[in-house]
Parts: sequence; structure tokens; C-alpha cells
Amino acid sequence: MTRRVLPGFRLSTGYTLAVLGSCVLLPLAALLWTACELGPAGWWAQVGTRRVLASLRLSFGAALLAATIDVLLGLLVAWVLVRYRFAFRRVCDALVDLPFALPTAVAGIALTALYAPNGWIGSRLVPWGIEVAYSRLGVLLAMVFVGLPFVVRTLQPVLESLDGDLEEAAYTLGASPIQRFLRVLLPLLLPALLTGYALALARAIGEYGSVIFISGNRLFQTEIAPYLIVQKIDSQYDYRGAAALGAVMLAASLLLLLAMAAVQRWARRWAVLR
Amino acid sequence: MAVVAATISIGGRPTWPISLARTVLVLCALLVLGWLLVLPLLAIFAEALRPGVAFYLDAIRQPDTLAAVRLTLTVAAIAVPLNLLFGLAAAWAMTHFEFRGKALLGALIDLPFSVSPVVAGMMLILVYGKYGWLGSWLEAHGVQVIFALPGLVLATVFVTLPFVARELIPLMQAQGSEQEEAALTLGANGWQIFFRVTLPRVRWALLYGVLLCNARAMGEFGAVYVVSGHLRGLTNTLPLQVDQLYEENFAAAFAVASLLALLTLVTLGIKRLLEWRHGGELKGRH
Repeated sequence: MTRRVLPGFRLSTGYTLAVLGSCVLLPLAALLWTACELGPAGWWAQVGTRRVLASLRLSFGAALLAATIDVLLGLLVAWVLVRYRFAFRRVCDALVDLPFALPTAVAGIALTALYAPNGWIGSRLVPWGIEVAYSRLGVLLAMVFVGLPFVVRTLQPVLESLDGDLEEAAYTLGASPIQRFLRVLLPLLLPALLTGYALALARAIGEYGSVIFISGNRLFQTEIAPYLIVQKIDSQYDYRGAAALGAVMLAASLLLLLAMAAVQRWARRWAVLR
Repeated sequence: MAVVAATISIGGRPTWPISLARTVLVLCALLVLGWLLVLPLLAIFAEALRPGVAFYLDAIRQPDTLAAVRLTLTVAAIAVPLNLLFGLAAAWAMTHFEFRGKALLGALIDLPFSVSPVVAGMMLILVYGKYGWLGSWLEAHGVQVIFALPGLVLATVFVTLPFVARELIPLMQAQGSEQEEAALTLGANGWQIFFRVTLPRVRWALLYGVLLCNARAMGEFGAVYVVSGHLRGLTNTLPLQVDQLYEENFAAAFAVASLLALLTLVTLGIKRLLEWRHGGELKGRH
């Protein structure tokens, strides 16, 4: 144990632990306890129903797809914002934070208004047979919306830190632009891309406010897992069922946190070797 | 090398295939941002103002909406200072001391960002609700947490917990403890060190964290939805009011939503200003 020179150790750790304890640790323990009390059979009785399984499939499936789309769109946006100078670049850069800062319920009703059959975009898509609002496509869209800034903001500092030396070297060795991108840049960006992907995924899995309006919450079709948790608490007072489902969601978040920590460790080791 | 640099680097004037690719990429990015971010923002204000300015003003002056504004401000006024203190305490503990479980503490501080807000609200009910761990004790002492203001505050504190700490910890880590230790050898006590040495060096990062914390506190929906019971005029915050109005009065819901959208725009504006004026002092941020 090293000697503590500065004062305030007990005060600062005490307050930190008091807030963490009452807001995070105690509730976490209560959830784990309630889920464990059910036992494996009781847990499966709550989670194994057709309705819950359908919602979990939609939540995880749509989130995986949305995070993938976010990586592609986010890479494009981050690349353009860092590498090129154009009109309204600063405005665009500031706008990227919008899904972070816009209340999710507001984003939800705005997306619904746009894509509803009588909305600006919806009225143009519905004649083509594309229904975004009140369909799984809507769930996907809302998840892409909330996840985008995570990818852009994780990539931007890494792109800024690359000084172009390696790209120039690849150029002098005769690499084409596509080769330079795929074989020089992409490996350098990979840790940030994976971290951005995991962050967007975690957010999309747990997202509630921006999804429930556009999804329409149709039974077996467009119900997401967080919506079912709310239903169980709000109208059925089924706290054990909610806890069983919540435990699945929490396990997914913790797994993603561990994966992110592993990626960061791996990236650091790799950076040292380089 | 000059030719090479010109084709790749940021400032140079590139040859035509590269400039074409550049233009196409910029247009694609603008299209993505316009479609995904700008259109929803415009839709809020368009829908809010569609029935006319008189209707708009009337909608945001309804007693229930004003009650929601008051409640949102009250919740933020309690939760944000709590998290400001939490951020300072956590950063002080994490950057000035070595102790066992420090890595775990750091992970716990970040945890609320990856937990679904709905799950957060449910966990609070399992502890503080009527049938929760502390339910009967709280009831015996006449304290109602869930479906009341304390529950709203707890849920808000949970979802905004990492904001201030996350800005301060990397910054204070980068600054080190030397100046604080120098002040100590010159005879300053703990509070003097904190207020005269530490605080002035982190004030902009602190403000930055508080700004983001406040935006999330006023806009939180999922976690608050679960613990509020959404009693109109009593436990409805602004986002919950938007949700309830959406079912009955479309345009009024968008009028209230536009207030929250305005708050978002102001927040983003101040955030940009802080990054632009004090970017150096926010460094260490990731």
C-alpha cells in the first residue's frame, strides 16, 4: 500500500461509493437476486414464451444490423469530416451529436411523423410498397439513428492522429487508393471501428424511447425487449417476468463491456509493438 | 514527395479522379446527415407549427405542460448537482490515490452507459418499490420513492452518472498530482487545494460534463418512464408529457417536443463553443 499524500481519500471514496451503492450496486444486486431466485426452470418459463423470444430476436437482430450500418455510415461521415474541407463542415460536425442530445421520445415521434404513411418520406415510400413506420424497418431505422454518433466520435480522434506517412509510403510503393484504404488504413482503424460497433450495439439493444413510437409494438412482429419489460411492469405488475428478461439484457450489456475492454487491451498491445 | 503529399494530404489540390471521389464522398456524407439527422429535426418544428402560432403558444401554456416543465427543472436541479459532486469525488479518488478495486470502480462508473434505461428503472423498482427490498421499510417511514420525485431523481442520477466523471478523470490523470502536492507542502489544507489548485484547472471540463449531464437529465425517457407511473400533472416530466400527448393531441405533443428540441440545439451550441474556446483545457477527453 503506497502512502496517501493528498487529503480527501475517505471523503471522495465515501461519497462515490454512497452514490454508486444506492443507485447502481443495490439495484444490480436486487435484479440478480430476483433472477437467481427464479432458478433456471423458472427463468426459462418467463423468457421462453413465444412473445418474449420474438422480442429478443428482434432486439438483438435489429441491433446487430443497425450497428453494422452505423459502422459503414459512421466511417464515411468521420472520414469526410476529418479529411476534407467543405462548406458547412463545422455545422455537420456539431450535428453528429444530435442523437446523443435529443431526448429519445422526441426523436421517436419525429421519425414516426416522417415515415408514417402520411409523412414527408413515408408518403413517397408507401406507394413503392416500402413501409418504414410500424414495421421492423422502422425499428432498424431508429436504432441506426441513435447509434451513429458513437461510431463517428470513436473514429474521429483516431483518424485525426494518423499523419498520412504510412499512406504516402504505400503510395510510393505503387498501392492504389483502394489498396491504401483496405490494407493500410483499415487495419489502423480496426480497434476504433470495433469499439464504435460495440457502443452502438449496446445502445441499440437497450434503446426504448426512439423505437417504441415508430415500431407500433405489434404482437410477435415489432415488440422490442425493453418494451416488453415496461409492459410487464406497467400493466401486468409482473416484476419477476420483467427481472428475468432484464437479466438477459443486463448480461448482454456486461458481455459487450468485457468485449470492449478486450479490444482496447489488444489495441494497446498492438500499438506498442508497432 | 511533394506530388504524393498533394494527392493525399488535406490541403493540396488533387488531380481529377481524386477530386471527383472526394466530391462524391462529401455529397454522400451530407446526404446521410441530412436524411438521418436534419430531416427529423425539421419535422419536429414543422409539425409543432403546422396548426399555427396561436395553437402552439396555447399548447405549451397548458397547466399540465407547465407542471411538467416545473418537474423537469426540479429533477434536473437535484440530479445534476448530485452528479457534479459525484464526478468531482470520483475523479479525485481515481486520480490522486492508489487503492484496491480501483479498476472495478472505474468500470462501475461507466456501467450506466451500457445498461438499458428501462432495465435501470426496473432495478430501482426492485429495490425501492412497494414490494422491493426497502419497500416496507420506506413505507413504514412514510417515504414514497417510486411513482414520486425521489424515484425520478434516482433514475436520472443513474442514467447520467458517468457524464461528469468521464470528462474529469482523463483530464486530471493527464495533469497529475504535482501541483496539488506542491500546494500541500506550502501548507494548504484539503479544501484550499481543491478550490484554488484543482478546480481552476478543470473548470471548463467540469462545465462541459455538467452541460451533457443536464441535457440527458432533462430528456431522459426510458428509465423515468418506468419509475414515474406517469400521473399527469404530478409525475410527468416533459418527455413523458410528450408521450402522453402523442396519443391524444398530435400537434400539442410536437409543440412540447419542440421545447426539448430547442434545449438540445442550445446545448449543442454551447458544447461547440466550449470545444472551440477551451478545447485545450478539455484535452484528455476521448
